[in-house]
Amino acid sequence: MASGYATLKSRPLKLVFDIPISRIEKFWQGLKEGKVLATRCRKCGKMFFPPVADCSECYSQDMEWVELSGEGELETFTHILVRPASFQDEEPYTVAIARMKEGVRVLAWIKDVEPTDLKVGMKVKLKADTTLEGEPTYVFVPAE
Amino acid sequence: MRRVAVIGVGQSKFGNRQDVNVAELTFEAVKPAVEDAGIDPKSVELVTVGTAGGWYEEYLPAVVTSEYCGFTGAGLMRCEAACASGSAAFYAAYTAIAAGQVDLAVAIGVEKMREVDTPTTVELIGRAGYYLWEFHNFGMTFPAYYAMHATAHMAKYGTTEEDLALVAVKNHKYAAQNPLAHFQKEITLDEALSSFPVAWPLKLYDCCPISDGAAAAVLASEEKVRELGVQEPVWVAGIGSSCGTANLSKRPNYVGLMAAVKAADLAYKQAKLGPEDIEVACVHDCFTIAEIMAYEDLGFCKKGEGPKLIREGQTEIGGRIPVNVDGGLKAKGHPIGATGAAMIYELVRQLREQAQLRSRQVPLKNYIALAHNVGGTGHYCYVTILRR
Repeated sequence: MASGYATLKSRPLKLVFDIPISRIEKFWQGLKEGKVLATRCRKCGKMFFPPVADCSECYSQDMEWVELSGEGELETFTHILVRPASFQDEEPYTVAIARMKEGVRVLAWIKDVEPTDLKVGMKVKLKADTTLEGEPTYVFVPAE
Repeated sequence: MRRVAVIGVGQSKFGNRQDVNVAELTFEAVKPAVEDAGIDPKSVELVTVGTAGGWYEEYLPAVVTSEYCGFTGAGLMRCEAACASGSAAFYAAYTAIAAGQVDLAVAIGVEKMREVDTPTTVELIGRAGYYLWEFHNFGMTFPAYYAMHATAHMAKYGTTEEDLALVAVKNHKYAAQNPLAHFQKEITLDEALSSFPVAWPLKLYDCCPISDGAAAAVLASEEKVRELGVQEPVWVAGIGSSCGTANLSKRPNYVGLMAAVKAADLAYKQAKLGPEDIEVACVHDCFTIAEIMAYEDLGFCKKGEGPKLIREGQTEIGGRIPVNVDGGLKAKGHPIGATGAAMIYELVRQLREQAQLRSRQVPLKNYIALAHNVGGTGHYCYVTILRR
């Protein structure tokens, strides 16, 4: 970047990756149907969010889908003002981590609340949503 | 396992270094390290290069920097552990010598972060977690990951924004006495507290700068130390490494870093030392909250009492355990792959009583120092204990 020193512009390189999601495709289908799904190992019973196709606990590959209740408690959060290059079109956003009733934790944006009104320990609701680009995602909203 | 010593160290000036490319910047650290060790670069058997990369043009930085420094023919690897890449390189060189594979190695850390614009750097470091689950839809940033720890620490232990700012004030004070630091100016508590929010509760002065820099260490076996007649070897007394989950959502809590606790435990056990024995430390203060958590994770105080240490001035020179008297990542700068190697540079200089400037030399009795280098947000951690 502009520094006053002599520099040479590199050839440009734009990278877009095609990320395979076929083994957990049901998760994105679920979001489109308004459901947030986790996976559970049929062998050892461990629950996973984000969902996985393979159990890191017992190495079983026999997993089942479970719909999350959406009930959670806020463990921490931050309000992001300085945003990455690919989020420059977004307004500043708030990201939270909540522990869900089922025991798993979820990281997602929290909407419909002023960041100054957030408190660690408050009840939140997790729900399916849509990104600015129209892609499926999930967000927290205050429980009441 | 054989004993391993650090026999030479070097560090480039940290900062916005668009006057040099990655190879030239590396040379700035390797030249003083090789000269300090008094070795012929052609005699180096293994070179380990810690760099995260992605923000500069070279895709095989290890071979590019090795060729430039005259190491062609030596064993070579690139080590990646995000912001702990420099420590990963040090660890790889240490283990190769300890195992008896080689007798003389050079561990390099280098990063060139200023060749792209700030939003791109924020993007690349933001992806340094679990891209698919925490960046793709949620745009997590590096300050945000640590901000979440600050929020949790404040809620649980009553830590304040002023406590965080005190870390920045301390580290800027020492950086002003370090000619190799990115920032060479002191700041006031008011300046820190009134700076703009980056990721609440973290403000500009809670964050390390985006820096270019390199550091290097020459490591040798005990036999090699004797053969070379090294006057002041600094021995690696203990070294520990541990990793945390990629997803922040899979951590048990947000008030400390499990990887740091585990890595410290391994290092203390190997060194047969405890936190009370450490006389000077470099800890990973990429953000002010990270330094406070480090005090606690390393056992310099009890969990939740980190803010008390900074309030009482216990981590300044003259206090119980001086921390980051080189300015830390916070003010010396954080060229991420270079940081781990730069901690070794600083601590070796401290242990030899060669701190530059002399005003920030820590008084030592038993000559024991500790480096704590975190990659990502506790995604990786390396703790290294050095002893003269």
